[in-house]
Amino acid sequence: MAKESSFKSMVITLSVICLVCSALLGVVYSVTKAPIEAAELAKINNAIKAVVPECDNNPSEEVFEVDGSVVYPAKMNGTIVGYAIKVKASGFGGPIQMMVGFNADGTIYNTSVISHSETPGLGAQISDEIPTRTQIVGKNPASSKLSVTKDGGEIDAITASTITSRAFLKGVDAAYKVFVELQKQQ
Amino acid sequence: MGKLKLISEGIIKNNPTFVLILGMCPTLGTTTSAINGMGMGLATLFVLVLSNMSISAIAKLIPEEVRIPSYIVVIAAFVTILQLLLQAFIPSLYETLGIFIPLIVVNCIVLGRAEAYANKNSVIDSAFDGLGVGLGFTIALTILGLVRELLGSGSLFGWKFIQGEGMLAFVLAPGAFIVLAYLIVLFRKVTANKA
Amino acid sequence: MEYIIIIISAVFVNNIVLSQFLGVCPFLGVSKKVSTALGMSAAVAFVMALSTLVTYLLQYYVLLPLGIGFLQTVSFILVIAGLVQMVEIILKKISPALYQALGIFLPLITTNCCVLGVALLVVNNEFTFGGDPHMLNLGQSVVYTVASAIGFGLAITLFSGIREQLDLNNVPKAFRGVPIALIVAGIMAMAFMGFSGIV
Repeated sequence: MAKESSFKSMVITLSVICLVCSALLGVVYSVTKAPIEAAELAKINNAIKAVVPECDNNPSEEVFEVDGSVVYPAKMNGTIVGYAIKVKASGFGGPIQMMVGFNADGTIYNTSVISHSETPGLGAQISDEIPTRTQIVGKNPASSKLSVTKDGGEIDAITASTITSRAFLKGVDAAYKVFVELQKQQ
Repeated sequence: MGKLKLISEGIIKNNPTFVLILGMCPTLGTTTSAINGMGMGLATLFVLVLSNMSISAIAKLIPEEVRIPSYIVVIAAFVTILQLLLQAFIPSLYETLGIFIPLIVVNCIVLGRAEAYANKNSVIDSAFDGLGVGLGFTIALTILGLVRELLGSGSLFGWKFIQGEGMLAFVLAPGAFIVLAYLIVLFRKVTANKA
Repeated sequence: MEYIIIIISAVFVNNIVLSQFLGVCPFLGVSKKVSTALGMSAAVAFVMALSTLVTYLLQYYVLLPLGIGFLQTVSFILVIAGLVQMVEIILKKISPALYQALGIFLPLITTNCCVLGVALLVVNNEFTFGGDPHMLNLGQSVVYTVASAIGFGLAITLFSGIREQLDLNNVPKAFRGVPIALIVAGIMAMAFMGFSGIV
């Protein structure tokens, strides 16, 4: 049967349980800390790799910031071949985090969505369908107007995902602004 | 006999989803596909077995008045361990299940088993009870995810074999409620015939 | 203006029960009568507002500065359990009438996942309310939480109204109880989907 309860025994038991649990968690935390960081880095590295031309440096080691946005430079034999720029956009279901990659001349090399919370089956196509169907790869935001036709641009939004398509293009646009700023600084 | 019966009871007679109607939030929230449902089920199974075992081990030492808070702390500790492990080794699952992993703490199934079973029975029995109930939950979530995925996106475990868009409503919120309702009805019919 | 967007978004568009699946257990469990549903929503709103306030401060002034973010789940649930207990004791002393009305719901709230759920959402996620993605500040967090609780109240009250009518109808035997209630909830969720996209 349960031990006879008094105020003292209650406090002691609860504190002991809390202490033991916290200590246990501390141990697990310190063990998993490195793998968690590695997993997060791997995710960023994969996203970078997908959006910049082939390079021989490690872009995530040469990261720097422009206007509060994170920029990863891709280099081949020491010359810049492209940039991966991490941006956020406001989607339909919440924030969208994406990586936009540019060639050194400002044309879009590729995009990769890191995280989003769009409607499954509709806006969630942001990670595959939307980038392909909007056909932005290879375009230069300086010469083509990258916004949906409803906003006077030249891109057809994906049916039933206009807001997500718009958010996606806004993200690309924000990344391009960072790119322009970057060129100015150099 | 004994141990096997404990497991089968958890799956059929005390099925947490179809019979006891417990733990509805993750049941509805994570079953957009079979694989997600199964992931959530296994995550809950992990916490359930470990918390059942430790609670049955320490139950006699805990004064009556602080029983529930103590159990909750123990459960929360295991949930956090699971959270850290998933984050480190299966980050993709961690992201899909999102907030529903920490919410295993308040899943009534886990606290319910601690209260109804683990604090009165031996460590081994409690482990098997956790395993049975956890499996029942996993199976229910996998089936629910399977049906929703099949109807909603025309695929099974991510393998798409029906072309086209599928009936999106089943992947979205309304489908979750309606599919679960029909599964409960079906489960009732099947088990009623057996008995 | 931003607060209005937060409120509309949390009450209608991202209703915690019907689109985020938080708090489904009490939604199904205490919705047989309109009066109990109202009592439950009031108690939930009260505890949620308090707990988000406390957990927000805990997160930003204790857990993060000390670098012990991994204790988040454990400490949050302890705060919630403690708060519920405290509210119960204080209500009993100060307003026995209110305690009579809300008292029986209070113990149920600790395991109501919308309380812990919203507390976690607020400190872990970025929100977009009509602007760029950002973390919520304290004021926005509390407004968001209260609006979520109102959303919970709205959903459960409407639902219990329908269930009261449902009792008077002849439902097929296998559907009686939970299944038919789930189907009603599904149809309500469909109706609430109509709100999506307005903010």
